[in-house]
Amino acid sequence: MKHLLSINDLGAEGIDEVCRLADHFTEVSQRPIPKVPALRGKTVAMLFYEDSTRTRLSFEVAARRLSADVMGFSVSASSVNKGESVRDTVATVSAMGPDAIVVRHRSAGVPQQTAAWTDASVINAGDGWHEHPTQALLDCYTIRDRLGSVAGRRIVIVGDIKHSRVARSCVMAFTVLGAKVTLVAPPTLLPPEVGSWPVDISFSLDAVLSDCDVVYGLRVQKERQSEALLPSLREYTAQWGLTAARAARLHPDALVMHPGPVNRGVEIAPEVLDQPNATLNEQVRHGVAVRMAVLYLLLAADPDLRPEGAGT
Amino acid sequence: MEAEDIKRATWRMAHEIIERNQGLEGVVLVGLQTGGVWLAADIASALNEIEGVEPPLGTLDVAFHRDDIGLRPLLPEAPTNIPFNLDGQAVVIVDDVLYTGRTIRAALDALNSYGRPRTVQLAVMVDRGHRELPIRPDFVGKNLPTRRDEMVDAHRDGIDLGEIVK
Repeated sequence: MKHLLSINDLGAEGIDEVCRLADHFTEVSQRPIPKVPALRGKTVAMLFYEDSTRTRLSFEVAARRLSADVMGFSVSASSVNKGESVRDTVATVSAMGPDAIVVRHRSAGVPQQTAAWTDASVINAGDGWHEHPTQALLDCYTIRDRLGSVAGRRIVIVGDIKHSRVARSCVMAFTVLGAKVTLVAPPTLLPPEVGSWPVDISFSLDAVLSDCDVVYGLRVQKERQSEALLPSLREYTAQWGLTAARAARLHPDALVMHPGPVNRGVEIAPEVLDQPNATLNEQVRHGVAVRMAVLYLLLAADPDLRPEGAGT
Repeated sequence: MEAEDIKRATWRMAHEIIERNQGLEGVVLVGLQTGGVWLAADIASALNEIEGVEPPLGTLDVAFHRDDIGLRPLLPEAPTNIPFNLDGQAVVIVDDVLYTGRTIRAALDALNSYGRPRTVQLAVMVDRGHRELPIRPDFVGKNLPTRRDEMVDAHRDGIDLGEIVK
């Protein structure tokens, strides 16, 4: 595998391989000195056209724990502000010889385009409403860690499905691993193509709560709410928020997940976030190990040398 | 070598480890994944029978520390588990077969992540020669001269010698 642009690049076999490898990197992260020389001499460039705290930090920590060098790039302090196109910026960064470029952009498809413009491996760190594959991978890893497997789990994803790249990648990852996914959202926040997805759809969180293994809350994306698709945040919380009363009806072992950053009291009540079955911090911690696994798989071995059955 | 010979060699190495370290104070064993793990476990139980103390026993997969990453597919095969600090300890690395020494170099590198041992020693069931690095074992079950194109496999039931199928 040269790039990670979509969860579809991996398939069930590849997701399993990333998770197995992430187990080893979890152990590395627990060592007194949590660093291995595996990617010494490799360079990972960060090309973030959109704000990010956890994804960018997570990739940087992952690269450094593998002894790779990190080329930082922040749009606000770059020639992008002078009007440089994405293509020219990619060419400039590529000319400095990175082995991987981690791309986030507000438009869908930019990572795919980037892959065509560079010899480096490209990792999609979120493109528009399209995909965020490493988020889905760390969510699979978290569910596997807590519940043993993703297969057969009943997973409810609630919130703004339409504008969520996390939802798209997670739906693909969870279903290809054999989970039963139910999407819960106001009708205005479902994408038009949702009918072709292998999921159930419900407009009522209350109807599906007592019968699931995971509730996955999506962030209400205030910055994408120009179209007035919601009457108000309070209305959203009343209908689709995971309040303390709703959380009390969950199975005691059911997980409460969220990709962050969370709007406390909107998608999930603060007291629910503090319960032991809320996995937000674990998701962040696992994100480092999972991204180490992805970088290692893309950069450590010659693709021609990959063993049989180890993904594409 | 038959199973009985392997057992005798294991016990002899256990005695040598006790002799070298004047007991088992601060001695910990680390078996390399995957071939060295059974031998580390057997040495540990022999030490326990001789001294009445079972030394701490860890496992280490050196895949991330190898110097040939990128030359061949290197995914870890089995878990690393070193649930103790190595500061000031006498660490005995245990492996089945010592060949080029590159695995041991990687293991020495990996051990640094867990602390600063007082001393590191090496126990192997078979030393087959052909070192590419300045590494030598402290405790050896059997010295076995080999050709480079031979394959050596050491396990509880004995030692197998085979040709590499090309």
